[in-house]
Amino acid sequence: MFKIVRREEMAEGTVILNEIEAPAIAKKALPGQFVILKAGEDGERIPLTMAYTDKDNGTITIIYMVVGKSTELFKELQVGDSFTDVIGPLGKATHLEKLGKVICVGGGTGVAVLHPITRAMKEIGNDVTCIIGARTKDLLILEEQMTEASHDLRVCTDDGSYGHHGFVTDVMKEVLEQGDVKQVVAIGPVPMMKAVSNITKEFNVPTLVSLNPIMVDGTGMCGGCRVSVAGETKFACVDGPEFDGHQVDYDELMLRLQAYLEDEKKCHNDYCTIRDAQ
Amino acid sequence: MAEKAKKNPRVAMPEQDPQVRARNFLEVPTGYTPKMAQEEAARCLQCKKPACVAGCPVEVDIPGFIDLISQGDITAAIRNLWTKNALPAVCGRVCPQEIQCEGKCIVGKKGEPVAIGNLERFCADYERENGTGELPPKAEATGKKVAVVGSGPSGLTVAGDLILKGHDVTILEAFHKPGGVLVYGIPEFRLPKDIVAQEVNFLERLGVKLECNAVVGRTVSLDELFEEGYDAIYVGVGAGLPRFMNLPGENLVGILSANEYLTRANLMKAYKFPEVDTPIPMGKNVVVLGAGNVAMDAARTAMRLGAENVRVVYRRSREEMPARQAEIHHAEEEGIEMYLLTNPTQYLGNEKGRLTGMECLKMELGEPDDSGRRRPVPIEGSEFHLECDLCIVAVGSGANPLLTSETPDMKLNQWGYVMTEEHSGKTTKKGVWAGGDIVTGAATVILAMGAGREAANSIHDYLTLGW
Repeated sequence: MFKIVRREEMAEGTVILNEIEAPAIAKKALPGQFVILKAGEDGERIPLTMAYTDKDNGTITIIYMVVGKSTELFKELQVGDSFTDVIGPLGKATHLEKLGKVICVGGGTGVAVLHPITRAMKEIGNDVTCIIGARTKDLLILEEQMTEASHDLRVCTDDGSYGHHGFVTDVMKEVLEQGDVKQVVAIGPVPMMKAVSNITKEFNVPTLVSLNPIMVDGTGMCGGCRVSVAGETKFACVDGPEFDGHQVDYDELMLRLQAYLEDEKKCHNDYCTIRDAQ
Repeated sequence: MAEKAKKNPRVAMPEQDPQVRARNFLEVPTGYTPKMAQEEAARCLQCKKPACVAGCPVEVDIPGFIDLISQGDITAAIRNLWTKNALPAVCGRVCPQEIQCEGKCIVGKKGEPVAIGNLERFCADYERENGTGELPPKAEATGKKVAVVGSGPSGLTVAGDLILKGHDVTILEAFHKPGGVLVYGIPEFRLPKDIVAQEVNFLERLGVKLECNAVVGRTVSLDELFEEGYDAIYVGVGAGLPRFMNLPGENLVGILSANEYLTRANLMKAYKFPEVDTPIPMGKNVVVLGAGNVAMDAARTAMRLGAENVRVVYRRSREEMPARQAEIHHAEEEGIEMYLLTNPTQYLGNEKGRLTGMECLKMELGEPDDSGRRRPVPIEGSEFHLECDLCIVAVGSGANPLLTSETPDMKLNQWGYVMTEEHSGKTTKKGVWAGGDIVTGAATVILAMGAGREAANSIHDYLTLGW
């Protein structure tokens, strides 16, 4: 069992942080890698990229948005409760290199995944500008941590309630126009990664994105996480989760992410209705 | 000959009615009663030089255990089986007996062979339901530690053999449940998961330790296992890399590998969704590509999940279908249609990226190919459209590189499978053995068990005598 040692609610309770005892995983995990978690005997296997790992204390931290029944079950777990299963570290680690000027762009809970990569980019000597965004101020996460992890943090909100009024791509374009950007790392909702990649392509700046498609085992066995990259089928679990942002077929990915949308909605609604009635 | 067979007919195992079972997940054959088992056991000739034993990859003492059944001593019969086979309830159900023990049976020369598989299954089921639970004797502890990577049939065999020889055995499993292909691949209606759990539990009662959620190659490497104090390692991770057809449209929603479809249905029990949390696509018009046992399992699962029709599409003819006769027969009884000499050429989808159908070509058989089977050749102008909203691709699997790519000193062949010494399973890495599908490519449960038996003997020699 994998005990929760710290739990925080963020973004008005829509985003949850869990720090979990998993010493074997913490010992091996590198930025960019993910784990699969399962709550309960009949639970679903959910892949989530790790936000932090603490080798000394033997813990890993995940930050996730509550979107369906499985994450609803995760949310109910309190400090002292345990995940039934945690598997990892899975996937390839981020390729980190000293390049010079780098932009890290994060949206929604993608900011959590972006954090360890941003910090590592800074640690090895890159000049890191970080741009994070959310729909509105209250949904913004990890502002303080991202300030620390980068040299220059820019914040955007869609409704203008905080920071720049508009999308992360607006600010990114400004920074790109100043020139000399060697790499962009973009992690967030698929439409955001697509928009970022379209712009960086114009500027000819290499772009890394981290994908989170539907998967079951996470070890290359099921092929559920197929993504088209440069016209070839890749398995995000073993070939990724990070890919060249300019080569990913985002439209296909968005359609594939909706494979079980109806089932998920119904399952989530039924669960919440019954739970709230009790 | 026919007359003699009639005089001494094989005792048929009762089965659920096809119409009923096609829509439920309960096991198809329902098992012998003790009386049926004794009657069938009496058909065994007790040959002095039993050909059946030579046909068994793990050399079960077949006349021996059958004789004990006819004497009515089932407790002794199961103990006899256990000396050679740690998984009799599994083997009795899923071994291809017709090409192994039963294929060699002398009674079978003039009629139907003794139902060795059914009798093996009977002993294991009887012990599980009525047995004393008394364990077979174990050798004195040797103090040697063995890690078994993968809890499929070969890993379980190695663990069972080595624990009885007195070694300290730990199984490391990547999934959250033990059993490998026995739990994620083979469906409930062919091999109930409770039975697999009990076979694993039997090993645990013998002292085998089990660590799930351990992805060797990721969570821990082979070298780190040696550092942790293991003296020998057995790698039985299975094949585990699904093949696709590389046809246009393959990433449409509604096209799944058989691995994914069966893992959802079996390991995750998605056939009970939304009672459990993992969903599975419900197809109305289902196509299964491929004609092996996995294809039959996928087709029969789709039927049970409520499909209106299920079609197996295969480019060769019936004769070349790799599935066991019994599986094909069961599938057809349940209403699954065989589209033979048919090859898909592309998948078709709608604006939502969902599968709506596929284009196929009719084939005819030409000259033999490298495999010795007649090569299917497309018939010009024979294109036709097949409507389908779910397609399960069951055209085999390749070698999963997750562990092997992290272990450069363990040599692989050109297809990525682990190279081993014949009859011992020794790899090129000192202290490491391998067997099962990661060595041979996709094969059967019992062949993997046979490889496990050979490796276990070799590991025991190493631990007691040296490399």
